[in-house]
Amino acid sequence: MKPNNFNYVRAESLDHVLSCLAEHGENARILAGGQSLIAMMNFRLVEPTYLIDISSLDELKEIRSNGNIIEISAAVTQARVMSAPEIIEHLPLLAGALPNVGHFQTRAKGTFCGSIAHSDPSSEQPLCFAILGGEAVLKSKRGERVVPASEFQTGLMATARADDELLTSVRLPKQNPSSGYAFEEITRRQGDFAIVAIAAIAEGENIRFGVGGVAGKPEVRNWDNLADNDIDEALNALAWELGDNDDIHASAKYRRQLVRRVGRRVIEEARKCRN
Amino acid sequence: MPQLNQETKHKISFTLNGKAVSGYAEPRTLLSDFLRQEMALMGVHVSCEHGVCGACTVQIDGKAVRSCLTFAVQIEGRTVDTVESLADENGQLSDLQIAFRKHHGLQCGYCTPGILMSVEAFLEINPKPNEEEIREMLSGHICRCTGYTGMVHAIQDVVENR
Repeated sequence: MKPNNFNYVRAESLDHVLSCLAEHGENARILAGGQSLIAMMNFRLVEPTYLIDISSLDELKEIRSNGNIIEISAAVTQARVMSAPEIIEHLPLLAGALPNVGHFQTRAKGTFCGSIAHSDPSSEQPLCFAILGGEAVLKSKRGERVVPASEFQTGLMATARADDELLTSVRLPKQNPSSGYAFEEITRRQGDFAIVAIAAIAEGENIRFGVGGVAGKPEVRNWDNLADNDIDEALNALAWELGDNDDIHASAKYRRQLVRRVGRRVIEEARKCRN
Repeated sequence: MPQLNQETKHKISFTLNGKAVSGYAEPRTLLSDFLRQEMALMGVHVSCEHGVCGACTVQIDGKAVRSCLTFAVQIEGRTVDTVESLADENGQLSDLQIAFRKHHGLQCGYCTPGILMSVEAFLEINPKPNEEEIREMLSGHICRCTGYTGMVHAIQDVVENR
């Protein structure tokens, strides 16, 4: 299908974007990579009056490493994040998950921050954002605020972003080099959205565990001093806690089994690569 | 010209297959439709129109992207290459096109233009891919008649002989 009519705004600066958002707010959408947004516009699931294109704003194309934090700006593509030396070195969990995001041809345009703002429950990037304990930087004409990942995504494709705010960047704390990590997802085909995506970080005997694709948003749990004998019980309890919706992609029963089996594999893998 | 109003055609100037050109499009016009209907490049094939099938893949500034997930107004000042850029002006096919023919990398040919543009952009980044990397790249395209084995062989042939 074809999108409905809209007015196209080619943003000239961050300030210009914020002015447009202040004026048009709820009737405007931000176009960064457009790999989800334009597809939804083609289906007329989204029909903005104003489309504000930030894809050519150089000031939003930075990856900055500052102390313990890596900050990724709004117009940085997934292809760039995946191959950036600072990401590969300090956020290997994210670098390892990104090849599962769409395809070579969509990662060339799709942006990391766009995926966080879109907050699809089956997307790998919000899961990484949640388990890494990142922060969303939101700017508007009213000012700037920083929202932790645990409060940013509020539900199924819903976030704490107000209509006049732009997600200007995402901040991610660098992974502890002595911790272990692993990521795995189950899909029908390479590049599809995950039926279940699982990530784990192992620090000492503690496990930080994240699941995407099952609940309305990525769910993260901290299991301190998790003994090997207790892994299955913890996973089983979580699998039942995440809700039990059958859908076209998988039954609730199958998803619970994936949380248990893939979850165990991911925890073992994360523990194996601790330093 | 920061705002382009709806239901109005706007002039877009860009480089298309090596030549400076311009055309007119409304904001809602997809690049895929613009290239076919305004630029008369019928090698840009439109199928799923939501970025899944890969038939409409073209190169923008050398990167393989979905033209159905790009608006025509976004290519102002940019460089776009389509499958029509591969053969030379006498119609002599490129080495990649010859390899696809030789290895039966196409049957109906509907998905082929997008795949060729992907492969060219991919080999710029990774000139010596292994089979797994080639297959991962091809996963961004859907072919419903030939299958992918012939394409993999064709790409391997080009990688060896370039």
